[in-house]
Amino acid sequence: MANDNIQMWTELNIDLKSHDMLLNALGPIFKEVYLSQKNRPAGMGFYDFVVGDIHGIRVKELREHAKNGGKVVATYCVFVPEELVWAADAIPVGLCAGTQFSVPMAEEVLPRNTCALIKSSFGFKLGRVCPYVQASHLIVGETTCDGKKKMFEILNQYQPVYVMEVPNKKTERSRQLWHGEVLAFKDVIEKLTGNKIAAKKLGEAIDLVNQRRLALQRLYNLRKNRPVPISGKDALLATQVSFYDDAKRDTQMLNALCDELDKRVAIHQGVAPAKAPRILISGSPMAIPNWKLHHIIESSGAVVVCEESCTGTRFFSDLVKPTQQNLDEQLKAIADRYMNIHCACFTPNDERPDDVVRLAKEYQADGVIHYNLQFCHTYANEAHKMGKRLEKEGIPLLRIETDYSDEDAGQLRTRIEAFLEMIRK
Amino acid sequence: MISAGLDVGSRTIKIVTFDTIVRDSIITDTGANPLRRCQELMSGRNFERVVVTGYGRHLVAPALGGEVISEIRAFAIGAEYLYPDCRTVIDIGGQDCKVILLSDNGEVQKFEMNDRCAAGTGKFLEIMANTLEVKISELGNLAMSASKTVRINSLCTVFAESEVVSLIARGELPADIALALHDAIATRIATMARRVGIKERAVFAGGAALNQCLNRLVGDKLNIELTVPREPQIVGALGAAIIARNMLSNNNEIKTEA
Repeated sequence: MANDNIQMWTELNIDLKSHDMLLNALGPIFKEVYLSQKNRPAGMGFYDFVVGDIHGIRVKELREHAKNGGKVVATYCVFVPEELVWAADAIPVGLCAGTQFSVPMAEEVLPRNTCALIKSSFGFKLGRVCPYVQASHLIVGETTCDGKKKMFEILNQYQPVYVMEVPNKKTERSRQLWHGEVLAFKDVIEKLTGNKIAAKKLGEAIDLVNQRRLALQRLYNLRKNRPVPISGKDALLATQVSFYDDAKRDTQMLNALCDELDKRVAIHQGVAPAKAPRILISGSPMAIPNWKLHHIIESSGAVVVCEESCTGTRFFSDLVKPTQQNLDEQLKAIADRYMNIHCACFTPNDERPDDVVRLAKEYQADGVIHYNLQFCHTYANEAHKMGKRLEKEGIPLLRIETDYSDEDAGQLRTRIEAFLEMIRK
Repeated sequence: MISAGLDVGSRTIKIVTFDTIVRDSIITDTGANPLRRCQELMSGRNFERVVVTGYGRHLVAPALGGEVISEIRAFAIGAEYLYPDCRTVIDIGGQDCKVILLSDNGEVQKFEMNDRCAAGTGKFLEIMANTLEVKISELGNLAMSASKTVRINSLCTVFAESEVVSLIARGELPADIALALHDAIATRIATMARRVGIKERAVFAGGAALNQCLNRLVGDKLNIELTVPREPQIVGALGAAIIARNMLSNNNEIKTEA
């Protein structure tokens, strides 16, 4: 098994020495952050297994698919309509980009004052330490921020990259532009795979992805219970894995986990005491293995009950309207669904504070932690409006700006503990 | 019924023992082994309960059998005890600076704290004093003797130090450079205070409050007079001691009011 992996990584032109260091670093972190938790649902065993073999079995599946003539399409963002990829018998893989490990590699090329997510993703390619990147036939980027936009130009020198243009406003003209981008993306995928996307296939793909979204909605709805039946860390991990696992299997696993959580809720069994402060996190995405903030919060006696982020509600809260039968209507339904993601790349984006206020109530949050990656200007600026709005609503807010390194762990712990002291009843 | 409060900071350790008044206080360097230092300081001391705060709280509290509270709550409670009408606390310590807004009943309502670096903290002043070849205790007085205005643009300790080196090379006087450094920190603190929404009375605590130049500049920028306690460094340890005392008198139940 291990030897199989090494051979596979060699074929994928992985830098084995560096890659070893990466995997060796991940094990102890996962043990400290995840396996030390008490009273975890048995259903998390699947996710522990996935992380334990993070660059093994799933990569092997992608390689098998490629050997049979299938294509692998790597993405970084929830705006890329994965239905079109599935419908052309290709497999989409959401890349992670959540580790400090690859940041210094990226800094050889990118400006240092770029956000950690961009640096980490680019470093994975430059350092040849991610088999998912290596195994993909096309990387699909988007224009959700200037840092990514320009990074993709450089990344394109290493591997084929196609960039979708996400508009910056929510006007009718912007919607038309985005609709055109979805149509253009369909052509790109058809050309890549040699498969024509037909209404029947696309309908199946819409259903496939919607089913996973429904399973994630079910998981998050269970987190509204008090006491909460699953830790924020575990719910985050299940969400993160959904970005790159097989959609059908992932849906099954999520539903199995939810069945177990239903039973917990019925007997009021929780992972934290009912009086533990409940935290809603809002802001930048958290890619594997970025569990830093959740870990500090949950090891300080609170529990994270919801993430308003791209590795949270923005990933699954809307479905693609499933009732459309012909191809044009399906494509329109897809464009409409993705355009409705309340990302900070839009101006204005007043729906996002509305979402946070609504979610804080639904999840019975005692406080909100606004999280933005350092140098992420869009979320950092939105934090101001968010602060004003939450103050008006009487919802306590703590603003955190950080990156993937551990150098600020002490200060973060102080601020989070003080915040918890403040909101504890 | 004697309680103790311990503030294990990045630069100094502060201890306060308390019953109905402050009985004793100590300030000493943290050094490389704060746990051993704390154990030495506490051994033979008479107290019934201890609460630990400061950067080293999680290291020291379990070993001493004490509870942990954040510096933010500790400073709020300590300042409110000293000045019941206190509504804002500005604290500049060794490696962080914070502004805490208190509600009318003395509870932490809102706070801001520096993110990660030493910008605008005691450590920043210490490094700059070193570069200017003066003692940290003399830096404030040196700045107040300045006769000319120069500007430091960077607040990053590393960049500011190289900026200071270029100013020295340009022939600027140490006093003028020192004033520029104080001005840069005061601007940052004032911005932070305005973001929180400063209210009077504002208490300036932490080691940097001993620096009169900083006190004056921050006050000028905020257009208020800051209150500096007689021993600004021990406010956090005092807050911790008060909480420990409340735990004793409240059947070991954490009480939120000081």
